[in-house]
Amino acid sequence: MSAPSAVPDVPLAPRLLPAGSYAGRARMLLLRSATASRRTWLAFVSGFFEPIFYLLAMGQGLGSLVGELPGPGGASLSYAAFIAPGLLAASAMNGAVFDSTYNVFFKLRYARLYDAMLATPLGPIDIALGEIGWALLRGGLYATGFLSVMAAFGLIASPWALLALPAALVVAFAFGAIGMAATSFMRSWQDFDLVTLAVLPMFLFATTFYPLSVYPRWLQLVVECLPLYHAVELMRALTTGAVHLGLLSHLGYFAVMIAVGVVLASRRLDALLLK
Amino acid sequence: MSDALVQARDLRKRFGAFEAVRGIDVDVARGEVFGFLGPNGAGKSSTMRMIACVSPRSGGSLQVLGMDPGSDGPRIRARIGVVPQLDNLDTELSVRENLEIYGRYFGLSRRRVRAKAAELLEFAQLTERAEDPVEPLSGGMKRRLTIARSLVNDPELLLLDEPTTGLDPQARHLLWDRLYRLKREGVTQIVTTHYMDEAEQLCDRLVVMDDGLIVAEGSPVELIERYSTREVLELRFLPEHRPAAGELAGLVERVEELPDRFLLYTADGERAQAEVARSGLRPLSALVRRSSLEDVFLRLTGRSLVD
Ligand SMILES: Nc1ncnc2c1ncn2[C@@H]1O[C@H](COP(=O)(O)OP(=O)(O)O)[C@@H](O)[C@H]1O
Ligand SMILES: [Mg+2]
Repeated sequence: MSAPSAVPDVPLAPRLLPAGSYAGRARMLLLRSATASRRTWLAFVSGFFEPIFYLLAMGQGLGSLVGELPGPGGASLSYAAFIAPGLLAASAMNGAVFDSTYNVFFKLRYARLYDAMLATPLGPIDIALGEIGWALLRGGLYATGFLSVMAAFGLIASPWALLALPAALVVAFAFGAIGMAATSFMRSWQDFDLVTLAVLPMFLFATTFYPLSVYPRWLQLVVECLPLYHAVELMRALTTGAVHLGLLSHLGYFAVMIAVGVVLASRRLDALLLK
Repeated sequence: MSDALVQARDLRKRFGAFEAVRGIDVDVARGEVFGFLGPNGAGKSSTMRMIACVSPRSGGSLQVLGMDPGSDGPRIRARIGVVPQLDNLDTELSVRENLEIYGRYFGLSRRRVRAKAAELLEFAQLTERAEDPVEPLSGGMKRRLTIARSLVNDPELLLLDEPTTGLDPQARHLLWDRLYRLKREGVTQIVTTHYMDEAEQLCDRLVVMDDGLIVAEGSPVELIERYSTREVLELRFLPEHRPAAGELAGLVERVEELPDRFLLYTADGERAQAEVARSGLRPLSALVRRSSLEDVFLRLTGRSLVD
């Protein structure tokens, strides 16, 4: 534990952010969120069941009509085994987006929580990393739960699936970072319709429920730009065991999302709160 | 390094084209309670936010604890306590958790914040409410909790922005009592207020601020001596009996005409009252009182502090 006045000088992004933006204590925000969530555990639990309901309704119900689908490695897959990794990716996205948009907006505009934090040695980067980190943990927790359910239903075909958990954390981190950056631009609750407008079509069309090959080429190109597409492809490769080096490109996509999101969110917090 | 905990020279704050603080000089010495007295919009909060290192200055120089807020913000913030104008307690946490978690933001250990929270709950007289949520607390309790929270890092300098605005008299007195205690313990305090009684009660020294500028500086007693008379005679008249201000001018040192009354400044209020009666005027009511900072402000700016 560091002494109270020892504030490390860690210029994480010296050119992008002013000095003193980072005290290296983002984990204190995780502690705060964990403490606060003890009173709101119900909302927490509901996010866990949502993808399971989808899996039951579509995987088992619809799956009995669809039959088998070609998996990423070429081998055929049951419909449930096909959509399960998609739902895994989507639940990581949803958990992170919810936390980093609605919850952050409330704290930013109504509770003035970040103003209170900035009166301490904490800086905007601590806040951005702490809040995104919480979104990540939440997404990771959902992913763990869902992976266990997948295992129980026999929908995991490869030990590579163990890596789906860290992959889900990366996906949640990326969506949390972009979500928080986007939230800093929102002026009213109406703007959240835009979040739904971005997230829902992605959930439905970014190869969660059927392979990319159903689209004409030009539409495939559009879908390939969407972040959830990369998350779904990554998860599907891991849970089916069709692992190849090309998967690193998905990780590269998320690394860019994370960098852009964290820097943008920190800068916006700085501009909004330290004026 | 000077002895001053806070030293500002020609300090300025601009918001776009509007200049909220227009070049002020301030020195706050260790151990004193220093006040910014001024009406809404005078620039008090803008100044406090610059001192608290959460608002970059637009011009001039500023030193807090011998450091520059522009480059040493986190290091300064680690050693000061801030009570903002609007409470920003964490509504998702309990009263006790508000203190403990806030302490953790300063890097204090779990054990340390637990002990500190218990001590501060006592200080704020909130021990009974420790496990309650924050939302249902009364305004005075929230304010006390905010002050307790600002003390979690044992600050050398405490910034209080309108600590009692909106509280009832009893809650205000309780709060003032806590601030006296802190003063006795040697905590330097900077207080903003638009209540002259608060400034007189709390401040060793203060500046009167108006429209982004400092218009006077001194102890409450000095200011009253310099800018006002010992006593004030307040006269109210029925509209049909209301005299012109000129009729009263000869009786005392100075006369201020307000919409509802006249203020007659004089060393001896009783005598002035007798002279008013002798001159045939028929006030509806006459009240002799001692001069206050309100009178100083009126003299300096031609306006009242609280409209
Ligand atoms: N963030 C801001 N943007 C624009 N104007 C501001 C901002 N904060 C304060 N002001 C303006 O600056 C002036 C001084 O405000 P403030 O420092 O809050 O005064 P006080 O605390 O003395 O009431 C006011 O006219 C206010 O409207
Ligand atoms: Mg103010």
